[in-house]
Amino acid sequence: MTARLTVAGLAASRGPSTLFRDVSFEVASGEWLAVRGPNGSGKTTLLRCVAGLTRADRGEVLWDGAAARGDARFHASLLYAGHQPGIKDDLSAEENVRSALALRAVAVPDGAVRAALADVGLERRRHLPARRLSAGQRRRIGLARLILDPAALWALDEPLTALDDEGEGLFTRLLERHLATGGLAILATHDDLAPAPARELRIGA
Amino acid sequence: MNVIAARLPAPDSGGSFSAAFSWAFARDMRLAIRHPGETMLVVAFFVLVASLFPLGVGAEPQLLQRIGPGVIWVCALLSAFLSLPAMFASDYADGSLEQMSLSPQPMPGWVAGKIAAHWSASGLPLTLLSPLLGLQYDLAGDTLLALAAALALGTPVLSLLGAACTALTLGARGGGMLLALLALPLFIPVLVFGAGAAEAQASGLSAAPHLSILGAGLIVAAMALPPAVCAAVRIALD
Amino acid sequence: MKIPWFYFASPSTFYRLAGWMAPWFFVLAALFGAAGLYVGLVLAPTDAQQGEVYRIIFIHVPASWMSMFIYFVMACYGGVSLTFNTRLAAMMARALAPTGAMFTFVALWTGSFWGRPTWGTYWVWDARITSELVLLFLYFGFIALANAFEDPRRGDRAAALLALIGLVNLPIIYFSVVWWNTLHQGASVKLTGSTMQIQMLWGMLLMALSFWMYSIGASLTRVRAVILDRERRTHWVRALAT
Repeated sequence: MTARLTVAGLAASRGPSTLFRDVSFEVASGEWLAVRGPNGSGKTTLLRCVAGLTRADRGEVLWDGAAARGDARFHASLLYAGHQPGIKDDLSAEENVRSALALRAVAVPDGAVRAALADVGLERRRHLPARRLSAGQRRRIGLARLILDPAALWALDEPLTALDDEGEGLFTRLLERHLATGGLAILATHDDLAPAPARELRIGA
Repeated sequence: MNVIAARLPAPDSGGSFSAAFSWAFARDMRLAIRHPGETMLVVAFFVLVASLFPLGVGAEPQLLQRIGPGVIWVCALLSAFLSLPAMFASDYADGSLEQMSLSPQPMPGWVAGKIAAHWSASGLPLTLLSPLLGLQYDLAGDTLLALAAALALGTPVLSLLGAACTALTLGARGGGMLLALLALPLFIPVLVFGAGAAEAQASGLSAAPHLSILGAGLIVAAMALPPAVCAAVRIALD
Repeated sequence: MKIPWFYFASPSTFYRLAGWMAPWFFVLAALFGAAGLYVGLVLAPTDAQQGEVYRIIFIHVPASWMSMFIYFVMACYGGVSLTFNTRLAAMMARALAPTGAMFTFVALWTGSFWGRPTWGTYWVWDARITSELVLLFLYFGFIALANAFEDPRRGDRAAALLALIGLVNLPIIYFSVVWWNTLHQGASVKLTGSTMQIQMLWGMLLMALSFWMYSIGASLTRVRAVILDRERRTHWVRALAT
């Protein structure tokens, strides 16, 4: 699978202040881009502009050469997780994962969800409502999603938040596998991850 | 710990309106059933406020019969209004609304599903309960029927209009007051025809014309408002 | 010829343009108003049934026409601002709203004073009055929603969408006298001709033109204030202040 994310001349502001202007980069299959910068510098806004949630002031985002915003193919290939990853407190871990996959029109073979939850260490707690899990355990629900979702592009905002060392190792292995199978990723992160990024983008420094 | 090596087949981009509708409807109904407090509050408020009027205006049967349809309609309207913020609040707060708007499923599909689930947890119980309250007001049988029919057609319109107003005010200052200023004027035509249907029946005329207009309004609202709600949600997430 | 459609969409250019245009519209409003009032109060004959009271029509009807027309224009500006993501169209919509609300209120108020001697009551819940009241609330809702957000652009977009949703109210107001038996009479003024005395018609048309010119002048003046507020951090606004 070859895919390419192209961003050209992107500019965005929050209220009266400009966060970034004329940001351009390309990410191809097997590569990941690290977005770094101090708090409040616009990393989250950049990710949201790439995902199409926030309308940028200028510039364009292209997926495989076609405009990304509003394109169903792009949405099918994109897995986005912001600060609030979309986990319902009243649903169990297993129900959360199933619901998220169904929302993205991903068909799941029997037993795959349970196996993924076992891989992230939530098998015994998979029927508990998410409100009864710790912050780190809720983050692991997101990791289970990453295991199962075949999306080509990951756009993740601070993916290592609240994860312990074991969780970080798990995420690193998932990222390596994702890149090895032709996926791409754009991650806003302070940490140094094991597979080195193809490129680093500094914002607001 | 073994990480699953096999990937799943890629999703086909699209999904369909009915798939998105069923996803949202099933999810929201499951959440509503696990938290029946919301629905119970709506119903309790409805019964409570409808019971206040006879205490306030005096319990003379003829007067109550005269004001019954209108009062019950206003109480249903206010109860439906109070249940509106819950439609999007939790999804907005925990990031689910973002995930939904990034899904390849058509947006009007899951929006319509959420609205349908909201109506099932608020407007539908109100409609089913209205004959009981009508008995409190000593309304005749055919009037009760006309009232219930009008509510059955009108409360979905309230949910649709309310969804548009709620989505517009996500993240706004002014909270409930702002929502009231937007939603209640738009509710007025529904109230006029809904109460009019029951009153027409009570005075011996047919309720059919009013019910027809309510039905037509429901069809128009069901077609035109989900895209408007989608636009409002996109604005809210921007 | 390549037409620079978006030239005047720049706030700084439009600020200057509005500045020299506005006074002329106020002058036109005064002229048409004087002519209209002369025709309406002096030339038009006494009504056979209502006597002199009917003369409030020369304020009431043009005000209600303007209340609907301004809402329509405001919604159009809202649609333009959403489609093309421009700032100035949204600012024009904000500038129009208070004037529209004012005319709606004037229409309801003058109608109320007219209703007392003719129908015997200050207020009646007929279809046209009720939908005009809903229009007043739509204006208030527009203004409140536009100002309810930290980010004024978000307020612009939300209010523009609200204006578009509320457009459905306009045909209801207009056709309410056709669809229902209400206290309001049917339409006497149509594009194909009218059934009223010629002087009364001219009085109403002149007053309508006067209100229209006033609305344009008031909106242009107001939009200048909105532009200054929204663009206050740009260098051209700062240069104005020094």
